[in-house]
Amino acid sequence: MNYTKYFIIILFFVCNFNLSYASVQDSKNKITKNLRCLICQGQSVYDSDSEFANSLKILVEKKLKEGKNEKEIYDFLKIRYGQWILYEPGFHKNTYFLWLLPILIFIIGGAILFKLFIIKKN
Amino acid sequence: MKTKIIPISLIIIFFIIFFIFYKSLQKSNIYMPKNYSEKNIPSFKATIFDTDNEINSVDFFENEKYYLVNIWASWCVPCRDEHSFLMGLKNQKNLNIIGLNYKDVDENAKKFLQELGNPYDINLLDNNGLVAIEWGAYGVPETFVIYDKKIIKRIIGPLNETLSLEIKKLIR
Repeated sequence: MNYTKYFIIILFFVCNFNLSYASVQDSKNKITKNLRCLICQGQSVYDSDSEFANSLKILVEKKLKEGKNEKEIYDFLKIRYGQWILYEPGFHKNTYFLWLLPILIFIIGGAILFKLFIIKKN
Repeated sequence: MKTKIIPISLIIIFFIIFFIFYKSLQKSNIYMPKNYSEKNIPSFKATIFDTDNEINSVDFFENEKYYLVNIWASWCVPCRDEHSFLMGLKNQKNLNIIGLNYKDVDENAKKFLQELGNPYDINLLDNNGLVAIEWGAYGVPETFVIYDKKIIKRIIGPLNETLSLEIKKLIR
């Protein structure tokens, strides 16, 4: 009985450590995949092995361990490198067109289809 | 009339796409944030080269003084080319040159400075590149001119004759 108790305690610590490590790694991968390697051509920080990308990977891991969340890390990097470092652009006056265009096309296309098939049928 | 709408809209779409691609052809791939100038210096801690002493950037940089922060490494070939210009700026009375040794081996860095001369008033260490990120730097070499705790000029890449003259004019 005693041994089982110790075994469970050790198992708990091992699992807990592995889980927290895995979650930091998962978040790190997710964040670095959304960061553009500014000195490489068409590569993300996650894919690149340049000095710049390696430093950013260390930084992201360090910030995650400090308890910073994804948005805080993006904000930190946006101040230093500008919006361009993010693959997914934010919603602001320069990107209204970019974000709203697909919705507009969808609505217009839908209206055309609706007019062609449904109204014609009737 | 109805039959003409489709070809006309296709032509318009074609021209829009052509225009976008044509514009992108001339666009430079080197990106630099627009609002970079006149930014405050970042706050960071760094170890002084060859010592255990640490500095805090907020206390270290003084108001109404000119500083030149140069990111360098012994393995970086363009750094070798720009070194003579840094040596030239060393004699400027009102300019403090601060080196940031980027991802380097101490021994190699020492050899580099022995061979080409040491233009730096103080040399800081950046073993993992995190201090360079605080500056918003891309790599080596990169140079920042600072006045009144603000970045007044940023040079990506090696210094040359023209840039060195520009810096001299700035600090006059």
